Amino acid sequence: MAVAEQDTAVRTGRGTRIFIYGILLLFALFYMMPLFVMVANSLKPLPEITGGNMMALPETWTVEPWLKAWSTAQIGVEPTGLRPYFINSILMVVPAVAISTILGALNGYVLTKWSFRGDKIIFGLLLFSCFIPFQIVLIPMANLLGKMGLAGSIPGLVLVHVVYGIGFSTLYFRNYYAVFPTELVRAAMIDGAGFFRIFWRIMLPVSGPIAVVCVIWQFTNIWNDFLFGASFGGQSQPMTVALNNLVQSSTGVKEYNVHFAGAILAALPTLLVYIVAGRYFVRGLMAGSVKG
Amino acid sequence: MAHPATKADLRTRLQDWLPKLVLSPSLAAMLVFVYGFIIYTVYLSFTDSRMLPSYDWVGIENYVKLWGLRAWWTAVINLGIFASLYILICTLIGLTLAILLDQKIRGEGTLRPIYLYPMALSFIVTGTAWKWIMDPGIGLENTMHLWGWESFEFNWIKDRNMAIYTVVIAAVWQTSGFVMSMFLAGLRGIDNEILKAAQIDGASNWSLYRRIVIPLLRPAFLSAFVILAHLAVKSYDLIIALTGGGPGRATELPATFMYSYTFTRNSMGIGAASAVIMLMTIAAIMTPYLYAELKEKT
Amino acid sequence: MRRFIGRSTALAATLLATTSLAQAADVEVLHWWTSGGEAAALNVLKDDLADQGIGWVDMPVAGGGGEAAMTTLRARVTAGDAPTAVQMLGFDIQDWAAEGALANLDDVASAEGWDAVVPAALQRFSKYDGHWIAAPVNVHSTNWVWANKAVMDELGIAEPSSWDEFIAAMQKVKDSGRTALAHGGQAWQEATIFDGVVLSTGGVDFYRKAMVDLDPEALGSDTMKEVFDRMATLRGFVDDNFSGRDWNLASAMVINGDAAFQIMGDWAKGEFLNAGKVPGEDFLCFRVPGSAGMVSFNSDQFALFEVQDEEAKKAQAAMASAVMSPEFQSAFNVVKGSVPARTDVSDEAFDDCGKKGMADLAEAAESDTLVGSMGHGHANPAAVKNAMYDVVTAHFNGEFDSEAAVEELVNAVEAAM
Repeated sequence: MAVAEQDTAVRTGRGTRIFIYGILLLFALFYMMPLFVMVANSLKPLPEITGGNMMALPETWTVEPWLKAWSTAQIGVEPTGLRPYFINSILMVVPAVAISTILGALNGYVLTKWSFRGDKIIFGLLLFSCFIPFQIVLIPMANLLGKMGLAGSIPGLVLVHVVYGIGFSTLYFRNYYAVFPTELVRAAMIDGAGFFRIFWRIMLPVSGPIAVVCVIWQFTNIWNDFLFGASFGGQSQPMTVALNNLVQSSTGVKEYNVHFAGAILAALPTLLVYIVAGRYFVRGLMAGSVKG
Repeated sequence: MAHPATKADLRTRLQDWLPKLVLSPSLAAMLVFVYGFIIYTVYLSFTDSRMLPSYDWVGIENYVKLWGLRAWWTAVINLGIFASLYILICTLIGLTLAILLDQKIRGEGTLRPIYLYPMALSFIVTGTAWKWIMDPGIGLENTMHLWGWESFEFNWIKDRNMAIYTVVIAAVWQTSGFVMSMFLAGLRGIDNEILKAAQIDGASNWSLYRRIVIPLLRPAFLSAFVILAHLAVKSYDLIIALTGGGPGRATELPATFMYSYTFTRNSMGIGAASAVIMLMTIAAIMTPYLYAELKEKT
Repeated sequence: MRRFIGRSTALAATLLATTSLAQAADVEVLHWWTSGGEAAALNVLKDDLADQGIGWVDMPVAGGGGEAAMTTLRARVTAGDAPTAVQMLGFDIQDWAAEGALANLDDVASAEGWDAVVPAALQRFSKYDGHWIAAPVNVHSTNWVWANKAVMDELGIAEPSSWDEFIAAMQKVKDSGRTALAHGGQAWQEATIFDGVVLSTGGVDFYRKAMVDLDPEALGSDTMKEVFDRMATLRGFVDDNFSGRDWNLASAMVINGDAAFQIMGDWAKGEFLNAGKVPGEDFLCFRVPGSAGMVSFNSDQFALFEVQDEEAKKAQAAMASAVMSPEFQSAFNVVKGSVPARTDVSDEAFDDCGKKGMADLAEAAESDTLVGSMGHGHANPAAVKNAMYDVVTAHFNGEFDSEAAVEELVNAVEAAM
């Protein structure tokens, strides 16, 4: 992992370099465009949007839409803005990400360092679960949550997200641990170290990079989920559901500037996670997915 | 790779069972919440369920109806177009950007998060922005006209034959940065000595990449393929936010089809049948991958 | 109480949030009235109940004209945790009643004499098997045209009273370089226009035969072909850029004078009022030419789910009664743009278009020309409605010619039944 930030040894000429920078910048523009549209329009008064050019910068700058989206916009009958739902989302995301990551790490550890007959089949079964379209589990899941008394609650949502997050977190950790020298584990065993002790002392300390990848992945998916939140959230609806309520009114006046401001507010935590942890992301992926 | 046999005292016996014990909750959850539900769906697809699940057996009637629906065919064909283009373009862009970023680029630290951030946003958030950008009346086309490029035309989203490609564009925007990271990770993992040796042998940059680097990236290609394929099949938010399945029903995908039949058209049986077909497709794609993956890593 | 959890007591919420938290005397209301005006209107009801000591637990789920809310409802019912009251449209109410999930409101209804004041066409949806199961909140009607008066005056166009006059008027607008018909290309918007065109082409009897009774002969008739021909004519008056446009952006085109007409339900009025326009002065509302005296409606109702607890039953009855009170019906509908579901409410608080709508409704109920809107799920069940959507949209987007569309319509309806 010492080579993590080492660039390729390929040499390029001056003309080529200009060309490379050109292409890279062009793509940067492409990626930034929607964000620009959202930010620019969230800072305009409404008539300027419906009457004008959406790619233009605001003529009159205003932060009113942001304040409104955060604290006074109608979400249902309550003019609360998105603020209270933010807390619901946090309460749901933090435990769900933590639990699914820990389970993923343990599963990966077992599957690579304590292999037993049939472990590959189990891994295959876990991996396939990543691919199940969530729409089909809605009705049976609702039934089951109801029977467990978890319907319409945050613990219920956490359970759902953990269950459907295990597949990916296991995949990440398994691939990562697979390249970790098994000799070290074996040596520790001979020294008499137990299952959890090895995990705690040997595996965990090196798991930083892949944990970052896993946390980013899970955090993004769970934070952005709408289907489960709307179906099982009950009175603890997450932010995405509130945002949807703000944005999707079928027969009412549409305040696009407030919608965009709300949309960015709802995306801030994930954006923050990407910007803060992003630099470890490639490093983590590298450690995890490079090998076959 | 069985761990060494040890003395069969109680503690060791416990140690023997511990790994399986640790694994069992995940496995149990999976069997119930994934495989149990799949079996349940398969069962529903053979019943006359409409608004709520019903348990009256009707045989393969739902499947017959399903394949007789024009909308389903449209959805399947669209998925074919969408998935192949999406996977191909994402891989191409991802690989290109990764290779270019890997050339000791100044400002890589700024560019990388810019490429990557779309993955952080859900389409509930970005759908409206994309819809506007693609809209010829208020979006890119209009802006270009205002800037004096009168002949510029970009009205795909309004054209029933082209609309599916706008979905590809937005989807590529969302995930190509992520694919780029995977390739970049792969590139950074390649031993520079190999490259240097090849350069000394006089290989050009092009052949260097084609002959040596890209083959070495095989695992990254595989991972990217799996992630992209599953995102393609599951694509739902994207369609709803961007085109709502339109113009007409020109951009319907199996996931939106299934949702609408199950939940808004009160034909749960047909919805379940379409879900089963989707699952079978996924299984068909995944099984070879899983097989290869598992066989290789011993 | 549950609302409170959403707001603050973070830790308590994770520990305690279970399904049984709502107090017996609360009503939990699932709805999709989330935009400012609508939600404000609903607040009237909330406050009314609060005065009676009944708490309001809000459960908004917007999206797709109630589609997302209906999905949530299904999950909630499957989980054995149905909300007390649910905003619902047309056939959904009947479907849920058929599942035996709804409560019987006969006691309140007979005590307050709902039978006498609610039009029979609405009762078709609010009653199942002769029992009241839902309380209608409003009546929207879909065969309206919204017009920019300044544009009409400038071009010397009078309010058209027949289809031909309407076409001539639109031709004039088109010739002047403006968009004649503002329209957003989404299936439900096309179906909304279709409602009006069917009524205007074939009249009420034809509408009933084709849209409600689904008579294959009517569906395949020459009149239906004429309907599709007229749709194709309208298509010629729409700008190139209509596909996927939100309906309110289409309204904005009329408001700004970029377009002259929009065929849309009465909720469009809110957009005009919000832009500071005055009915009769800045904009006009009239029935789709040829369909005067007829009303195609859709009605939001609160369906009440069966509850066991006595206290909850009382709260439920109180809510039903509050929904049906003339004060709420007036207050809500003034804001919403629709008209009251009971025909004995004073029209004093309403503007010109609202007054017109109320008079039309009363008249249509009287002369039996009140029909359920196909476009909004009040003419036929969801499966048929969506099958019709498919054909209407495909035709409007040029996939079929009128002849093929008629044929396709007959087949699609048959397949969906």
